[in-house]
Amino acid sequence: MGFLEAIWDVMSTESAYTAATRFAAVLVFAAVGEWVAERSGTLNISVEAMILAGAFAGAMGYDWTENVMVGILLGMGAGLIVSFVQAQMSHRLTADQFVVGLTLNILFLGVTSFLYAQWKPSSRVASKLEIPLLSDIPLIGKALFGQAWPFLLLYLLIPFAWWLVYRTRWGLEVRAVGENPQAADVSGIDVNKRRRESIYFAGICSGMGGAYLLLGQVGRFDDGIVAGRGFIALVAVIFGGWTLRGTIFGCLLFGSVLSFRLTLPGLGYELNTELMSSLPFLVTIVAMAAFAHKVRPPGSLARPFVRGLK
Amino acid sequence: MSLKLSSSSSVKRKGEILFLYAFSVLVALVLSALIVEAVGANWSDVSNALLDGSFRKPGRWGRTLGSAVPLAMVAVGTIISTKVGLINIGQEGQMLVGAAFAAYMGAHTPGPGPLVIFIVIISGFVGGAFWSGLAGALRYWRNVPEVLTTLLLVTVAANFVGYGLKNTWLLLDPDAAVGNRTQVSQQLDPDSRLPRIDIFGNNFSISVIISLLLIALTFWLLSQTIVGFRLDVVGQNQKVGRRFGISEVRQGFAAMCASGGFAGLAGALMLASGDFAKFRLVPGFTVNLGWTGLLVALVAREKVLAVIPVALIFAGLRTGSSFLAATGVERRVTDVVQGLLVLALLVPPAVLFIRDRRRKLAQVESRT
Repeated sequence: MGFLEAIWDVMSTESAYTAATRFAAVLVFAAVGEWVAERSGTLNISVEAMILAGAFAGAMGYDWTENVMVGILLGMGAGLIVSFVQAQMSHRLTADQFVVGLTLNILFLGVTSFLYAQWKPSSRVASKLEIPLLSDIPLIGKALFGQAWPFLLLYLLIPFAWWLVYRTRWGLEVRAVGENPQAADVSGIDVNKRRRESIYFAGICSGMGGAYLLLGQVGRFDDGIVAGRGFIALVAVIFGGWTLRGTIFGCLLFGSVLSFRLTLPGLGYELNTELMSSLPFLVTIVAMAAFAHKVRPPGSLARPFVRGLK
Repeated sequence: MSLKLSSSSSVKRKGEILFLYAFSVLVALVLSALIVEAVGANWSDVSNALLDGSFRKPGRWGRTLGSAVPLAMVAVGTIISTKVGLINIGQEGQMLVGAAFAAYMGAHTPGPGPLVIFIVIISGFVGGAFWSGLAGALRYWRNVPEVLTTLLLVTVAANFVGYGLKNTWLLLDPDAAVGNRTQVSQQLDPDSRLPRIDIFGNNFSISVIISLLLIALTFWLLSQTIVGFRLDVVGQNQKVGRRFGISEVRQGFAAMCASGGFAGLAGALMLASGDFAKFRLVPGFTVNLGWTGLLVALVAREKVLAVIPVALIFAGLRTGSSFLAATGVERRVTDVVQGLLVLALLVPPAVLFIRDRRRKLAQVESRT
């Protein structure tokens, strides 16, 4: 009884939706990139480092120029730098991708917190942009069309990623490389090159997500700003069964769960913050255990390709 | 073909390996120096402070030993799971769960001190093994990749232990719960702590000796006994394993539990030795030692004995960083140095692998 009432309360509160999409946006930015990387066969765990680098570069860019656009561009650049190291190490030098990703996560946690302590960039949240008419839709209008303006980049990024993967030759090759690298290699596709390129794409998207996290949601940098969001984005891709639609749904779901920590107490509900924070992870583990046999991951996910080695 | 591999080429190869390692470490150090110089500090000041803080100043190497113990234990555990081809990257969480089990048992076990110490350490192992065992069970029962589950369970562990530290029936110290809202567990009784040794003003607990013994034991088990051989067979080729009647599931699950167990043990030793947080469990107790221990294992590359020097170097960076305040450089710079070093050390094996492959391919082509 009380539980259903609580759900109804949340479902009928506009601010709950706004908070949920605000939390989900970062995840969507990162997860779209991560989705492409995973379709090409890389389980890219350095996405955490990419978001962090993006957030820090966003702070620096804003600090120098007071311009949000510069912050976002620098964030994308920083994400690209991380992805460059990841791609070169794991898909040119054939170092283990998890090892590289993990090391990068730790390295960039160190780099950003070190540079932050030295330079102390100041920043603030970008201004809100309410699209007329659309933002007047009850309940979800503000959530989808009344956020800080970098949020709108999502409406460009998602269709672009869909088009890139499903409607271009490059996308077809990326999918082929992820499913069956031997066959792709024989038909003349440079497997590791495509994989590197899709990691660059992941880096740019995650860097953008990091800059959005800083300039669209939090406003101030600190070294715990990402707090596992990269891992949640990675998990959303798996949860979504390696489809774009499913990935975005996963991000929205996990984003809402994360935002409930903030919105539920505001509505007068006591809740267990620890349980809420672990919920995305627990849900994913349960989902993976339950659907592992039904959903098929890309055929060579997380398997390195070396010609002649199976 | 292999007969033609004369001794001169093997010397050349060794020289090549040495050069590659030296060169990549040099690159990492130059990059670290550049980062330090970029923020306007002096690299030689920084490296001097690190050396002073890690072993040159009196009493410092005792502290370095204290930090090296959990790193080495985590790394040894990681090597066990790598041996069967499993990737466990959740040591940070396994360590925390181990420490939580240890803290709970330490607060709730009656009995003489030495017995309590023993139970504390064993329950640390059990806690860590339980946490990684979850991932292992899901891997073999439902085919869920262990890389993901171990990673995801890190955050879950932190949240659960955080919950435990808010509730007196779990971990929260009843005395601390009354007044302020601090989250600490009950302190271990003075007679149920690990004894400490004092050499030339360097003070360290006997966890150092325990961990050395465990490293020796693991080295022996992995390299000299059927236990290690079985793990090796499963890790190298499961088809061969099946022919020998070695169960992949049993070996893999056992290795996964042992791997987390060592991480949990590291947590329990941290708690009982008192180098960290004064014999209490606090939020964030593991201070990233789980991640760093994982890096130690990556650098040691499946060689159990190599864990000792690598753990000492990384622990030295850690203890050295507390002397950096005088140089005006943020102490997090050691994380950068450490990350760059690990990244650099990943390069040589990969380069060698590619080169060897190219040479072999060339040989094959010249034969046909």
